Amino acid sequence: MLRNLFGRPSKATEDDVRLENSLAKTRSGVFGRLGSIFQANEITDELWEELEETLILGDVGVPVAQELVERTQKRVERENIKATRDAYLILQQEMVRILTPAEPMRIDDPRLLTIVLVVGVNGSGKTTTIGKMAHWYKNRGRKVVLGAADTFRAAAIDQLKIWGERAGVDIIAHEPGADPGAVVFDAVRASQESRQADLLIVDTAGRLQTKYNLMQELEKIKRVAAKQVHRAPHEVFLVLDASTGQNAISQAKSFKDSAGVTGIILTKLDGTSKGGAVLSINHELGVPVRFVGTGEQIADFAEFDPVAFVEGLVGQ
Amino acid sequence: MFESLTDKLQGVFDKLARQGKLTEADVNAAMREVRLALLEADVNYKVVKDFVARVRERAVGREVMESLTPAQQVVKIVNEELIELLGKPAPLNLSGQTPHVLMLVGLQGSGKTTMAAKLALRLRKSGQRPILVAADIYRPAAIQQLEILGKQIDVPVHSEGTSVPAATIAKNAVRLAREKAYTTVILDTAGRLQIDDQMMQELEQVRMVTRPSEILLIVDAMTGQEAVHVAEGFNQRVALTGLIMTKIDGDARGGAALSVRQVTGVPIKFLGTGEKLPDIEPFQPDRLAGRILGMGDVLSLIERAQETITEEDAAAMERKLQDGNFDFEDFRDQLRQIKKLGPLTDILGMIPGLNRMTKEIDMNEAEGSLKVTEAIINSMTAQERRNPSILNAGRRRRIAAGSGTTVQDVNQLVKQFRDMQKLMKEMGITGGRKGKQRRGRSMLPRGMSNMFGGMN
Repeated sequence: MLRNLFGRPSKATEDDVRLENSLAKTRSGVFGRLGSIFQANEITDELWEELEETLILGDVGVPVAQELVERTQKRVERENIKATRDAYLILQQEMVRILTPAEPMRIDDPRLLTIVLVVGVNGSGKTTTIGKMAHWYKNRGRKVVLGAADTFRAAAIDQLKIWGERAGVDIIAHEPGADPGAVVFDAVRASQESRQADLLIVDTAGRLQTKYNLMQELEKIKRVAAKQVHRAPHEVFLVLDASTGQNAISQAKSFKDSAGVTGIILTKLDGTSKGGAVLSINHELGVPVRFVGTGEQIADFAEFDPVAFVEGLVGQ
Repeated sequence: MFESLTDKLQGVFDKLARQGKLTEADVNAAMREVRLALLEADVNYKVVKDFVARVRERAVGREVMESLTPAQQVVKIVNEELIELLGKPAPLNLSGQTPHVLMLVGLQGSGKTTMAAKLALRLRKSGQRPILVAADIYRPAAIQQLEILGKQIDVPVHSEGTSVPAATIAKNAVRLAREKAYTTVILDTAGRLQIDDQMMQELEQVRMVTRPSEILLIVDAMTGQEAVHVAEGFNQRVALTGLIMTKIDGDARGGAALSVRQVTGVPIKFLGTGEKLPDIEPFQPDRLAGRILGMGDVLSLIERAQETITEEDAAAMERKLQDGNFDFEDFRDQLRQIKKLGPLTDILGMIPGLNRMTKEIDMNEAEGSLKVTEAIINSMTAQERRNPSILNAGRRRRIAAGSGTTVQDVNQLVKQFRDMQKLMKEMGITGGRKGKQRRGRSMLPRGMSNMFGGMN
């Protein structure tokens, strides 16, 4: 139903199915309660309160949860809606509205070499995500190269190499402890020359957003890329663990400020975690979710679709 | 980013300061702030409910009603209750026969492998003979990671590749430890979701064959509402004995600690405080409580300063200050050091009481004024920086043009700088006390705050 409202074909795509399956547990958990809230006969104050509580339990964050409830409530009153089922649909529309990106992604623009930088805090799943992303774009006809610019964490390069093998793409790496900027420089050169690649995905070391020097390092990596390729990096993705709470907003803000993050990849969405924080992130910072990681296998990766996501969260 | 609870409560109570007595409605408003503050800190919703009920009970009593400073009283109660709930610090249980087995469990990416190495280093330093066990056979390069870390801290790592079941590896490791007289066996298990039945069975098997004296859940300080389910899930299957919070060096409030502690009832034992292997601390409830409440964190500020500014730099600067030789070169160094500490808002936010101030000052303006100051200094010649007295009108015009400012801006900076120099000389004469105390202060000379423009 929501699908039709947003002009989508009523049949779900393969991606949608994967996203929805991964959200099945979420649905049976906290957000599943949304459905039962709206099964009440009447729209009451308790209903709104319960709704706010449920959103907060999904890590949506207090301010956005309150705003969502308010907006829904206002529209329900203005449009003189009496049936709880219709109110539920309005809530879903509002959620989709918040999650919808303002601009399309720039990865698929025609360009000789597209450079994608992947950043995030420690343990958010950057390396795994890059393996999946390489697989994804290779299957879509791109010639992909990986740059191993996480030269800090023990065995990070080995880990990326294994993913590179699984995805069947080349990887450019230096020794552990090498300068990440130098790795990026070489990776760009190799992509342009020997490998003839059109998509370079760069892995970076995990860093907490409060580590000022490490955040500066990201700026340097960006400068190295920008000097070699016009307007590179073309996308900077922040990898965000779906179980992260309100700190996700601080992460997005800091990484946006110093690394110019253009999108979020939400990982580990196969748990009961909701990733509700992404609502706050797009709402407050205008950084949309672009992809989701839905499991440990290489194919467990999908483009983010707000409609499918909300449907997955709340059930149809 | 976050306002502290004290500020918010102050707002609530300010409104009724004139009325004198607290009413039921006032307490309700205050409790709402407490509730929101805890939710923003990622404390689980249900835990918050119980917690607020307890605080309310005490707040409604005489303690607050008759107090002259109700806001502080409420914060005090919240703080005390938090400390109470977070529980007392507990050491590792290393009683009974050796080898003691420590088993580390948790979600993917929570920091188990790094924590295993940190614990090994700590145990080795305290005279134990630890051995690390690579029982994560799933994540690519997890074994290599542990082996590299083991080498760094000089602790042996037992591994059997990725095709042997984790339980077998763990069992063999314990036997090996017994034969070779290792005293502690640290099991690094694969990250897993608490709802993944097959993987949880693997943990149960490992537990059965190794009988660990500690089963420690590693929890990322950034975890949100989900923390409760994670802790419940692991506790049900493998009966946890302790908790370890990692990545506490970020700016996450760490409310998840309260949730997992409440759900499991087991003590929090350690905190992971950085990327390096010695970065592990025994848990201290008061510090974590302050953090959850968003009260200034002076300790973190000091740590950050220590990280970015070396002892030698500080000592050299102190000498210069005492001798009155502080010139524009030094001033620029100081500006850069402050910049290295991070954005001004962050720095000031960590100082109690200044939380409020940061809202009133336009921080972007202050930050911008820092930049302008640096630009002016950069436009001076080395000679001018070392000897500002040669700055005549012509030089000042050139500097203004070079830094994109006006001559007035340059004049103002030079005047402020002279005032500061004078002040420091006076301090040097009257102060005269030596030793470590002064070293901390010399990091940010008094009077320098005038230079931040918008801040006075």
